[in-house]
Amino acid sequence: MTPLQGCLLVSALLFAIGLAGAVTRRNAILALVGIELMLNAANLNFIAFWRYGPNPEALSGMMVVIFSIAIAAAEAAVGLALIIAIYRHYRTVNLDEIKNLKG
Amino acid sequence: MTWIAQNLWLIPVLPLAASGVIAVNKQRQRKLAATLAIGSMVLAFLLSLCAFSATLLHHGDNGVFREVAGFNWLQFGGQWLHLDWLLDPLTAIMLVMVSFVSLLIFIFSVGYMEHDENFMRFFCFLSLFAAAMLGVVIANNLLLFFICWELVGLTSYLLIGFWYHKPSAAAAAKKAFITTRIGDLGLLLGMVWLYAETGTLNFYADGHGCLEQSALATMVTHMTAAGMAVSTAIGLLIFLGAVGKSGQLPLHVWLPDAMEGPTPVSALIHAATMVAAGVFLVARVYPLMSAHAPIGAVDIPPSDLAETGITTALQVVTWIGALTAIFAASIAVAQTDIKRILAYSTVSQLGYMMLGLGVGGVAVGMFHLITHAFFKALLFLGSGSVIHGCHEEQDVRKMGGLKKFMPVTFATYAIGMLALSGFPLFFSGFWSKDEILHSAHGWAVSQIPFYLGCAGALLTAFYMTRQVALVFFGNYRGTGVMEQGSDADKSAVQHSNTPSLHHSISAPHESPAVMTVPLVILAVFAVLLGFVGTPAWPWFDGFLNGEPPGFNFSKLTEGGTLGLMLASAAIVFTGLGLGWWLYGKRQRKTAEEPDVLQVAQPAAFRLLENKYFVDEIYDATVVRFNAWAAQFCDFLDRWIWGGAVLLVTWVTLGLSRLYRFTDEFVVDLGFDTSCETLREGGGEISKWHSGRVQTYLRVIGVALVVLVLFLIWGRKS
Repeated sequence: MTPLQGCLLVSALLFAIGLAGAVTRRNAILALVGIELMLNAANLNFIAFWRYGPNPEALSGMMVVIFSIAIAAAEAAVGLALIIAIYRHYRTVNLDEIKNLKG
Repeated sequence: MTWIAQNLWLIPVLPLAASGVIAVNKQRQRKLAATLAIGSMVLAFLLSLCAFSATLLHHGDNGVFREVAGFNWLQFGGQWLHLDWLLDPLTAIMLVMVSFVSLLIFIFSVGYMEHDENFMRFFCFLSLFAAAMLGVVIANNLLLFFICWELVGLTSYLLIGFWYHKPSAAAAAKKAFITTRIGDLGLLLGMVWLYAETGTLNFYADGHGCLEQSALATMVTHMTAAGMAVSTAIGLLIFLGAVGKSGQLPLHVWLPDAMEGPTPVSALIHAATMVAAGVFLVARVYPLMSAHAPIGAVDIPPSDLAETGITTALQVVTWIGALTAIFAASIAVAQTDIKRILAYSTVSQLGYMMLGLGVGGVAVGMFHLITHAFFKALLFLGSGSVIHGCHEEQDVRKMGGLKKFMPVTFATYAIGMLALSGFPLFFSGFWSKDEILHSAHGWAVSQIPFYLGCAGALLTAFYMTRQVALVFFGNYRGTGVMEQGSDADKSAVQHSNTPSLHHSISAPHESPAVMTVPLVILAVFAVLLGFVGTPAWPWFDGFLNGEPPGFNFSKLTEGGTLGLMLASAAIVFTGLGLGWWLYGKRQRKTAEEPDVLQVAQPAAFRLLENKYFVDEIYDATVVRFNAWAAQFCDFLDRWIWGGAVLLVTWVTLGLSRLYRFTDEFVVDLGFDTSCETLREGGGEISKWHSGRVQTYLRVIGVALVVLVLFLIWGRKS
């Protein structure tokens, strides 16, 4: 097993865990946590493909991941703010009870 | 232009206004109605006297005095319709007669209708009638004449049917209206034709009128398809109107039935004035009737017939008049209703007037019209007084001996009867009838009208004697107090103001002064009027023809006049004697006893009693044909036209049903189904949109997996 394969396996696992968390958790914060996990799995893939790719000298993968982490931070802030706003409105963060988006 | 000719319109407008005011007032204001009606008639009478004196003043200036005034009524195309009125001797004499007789009858009506509930309505109609009749008299325009003529017909209808709750009165009113309509159709056609020929309906208009020389000259030369001069054809059409209104032979049936109306109405309308309107019409259009005399075809006696040409139209007038005179007089012999006897007598006398117009010209006919108006009004009012006094009994067989109960009525009635019979020398009827017979004797075409007229005169004297003998002589044959207690009680209450009622409740009684005074006045005129038209002093003739009258006793003996007078006097005495011998000397004992003539000649009497079955003949022919035509039209309407309409309806209905079906079950249903499906599908799909973000995520995840698997396997293959 090459190190790349190992990395990809970890990232795939991480993505699966994140997906499962995002899909199954009823608490909005935990769903957000799952989303973060999936995002970080993607970041791990970026790093892995850059490190074991054909051109590891250029810092391209690192750059992308740093941007991605910045975006993730912003996204987390926005997501948490949304959750707080939702909580204030509905007095709950249970996603099953928040279904106003339905048609 | 005299003042009165300018303002002649006031005469008809005054009673018209009175009638209008009465019409809008309340039912109970009897005094107001009577005052207005009589007041307006007094004014109209005074104005008529002014008009009469104006014509007298200008009498004999140059030719006939004639003044026209009027106004433009309405414009059609480039032409104006004028409504003009005319003052000439004919108008003046009629105005005085109509307004005077109307006035007396109005006064009489106040007494006669005193207890009637619809007193106001009666006076409203009566005033309207007077207005229309005066309008007829003053009209210088055939259109105005026709309007007033129809108004007269209308009021006649309204007044015959005044007691419309009686079915017989309602039927009589209808009969009168429809029968006269036949004549009026002729008049209308004549009017239209006259307008087409001459372009004017004015009688006299400074040489442009339709009765003046230029218009007559064109009409005489034009020929119709049948080879008859246009003037004759128009004259005959107009005469048809006169036949209807004056109850001449084929159309006389309505006049006796018209006696269903109140007696003053019978006196005013169906004896004195309206029925004379037909005679007046012929007199008015006399120039038209007499135009185109065949020159040299006949030798005209110099005395009376100098102006008279004998045209076809005048011959028709003469024959119809003569036949009507004898026909109606013979019917009157066998009647038992006091008013019907007088009605047939009226028809007969109208026949005399027509005869007079036909053979002798305007003056002869008009003279009898005027004298007849007075004595016939007198007779009718007298009969009204009798009927009033006998508690609404009209059957002469149930009267008798009234001489001692009603002396004033008897005296005046006797004068009227003698005048009508033509009792020599002292009564007006003698002079006027004698003049007619004299003219008929001199008629160049045939002597038959003269003999018919003589026979009619004999019958007239006979039936009047019969009537007077039955009503006033002998013993009272009316029903006693026991049989009609309730009626008698009622009339006792009604007539409690009459003095002669103390001895017996149901005995006949004299009428109040308001009714007897007009009788006396009329009686005076019935006597005196004759003297303005004697052969010795033919003032009336001269007045109408614009010639100065001469006083000449020798005329009495000239030209066979004296012989004729003696002959007619002999005829009258024969009639009177015969009547008295049959009815006066040997009075009937009871009301049910058969008539003397009935015993002697049952078949002839039956024929006369049933008025020659004219009504029955009309029933069997005209009325039945009419009913048949109506039924035919009904059939056409119901089945042919109605069927066509029904067919169209059905087709339309079927088509619309089809449309409805396609609409409901094809178009709508398809549309509805697709809409429903779409809506339901949307509903189904919208269920997926649960609003649960995690479900969406799950689906995305599964889809991702499926996509990945698809890519992997897709690449492999």
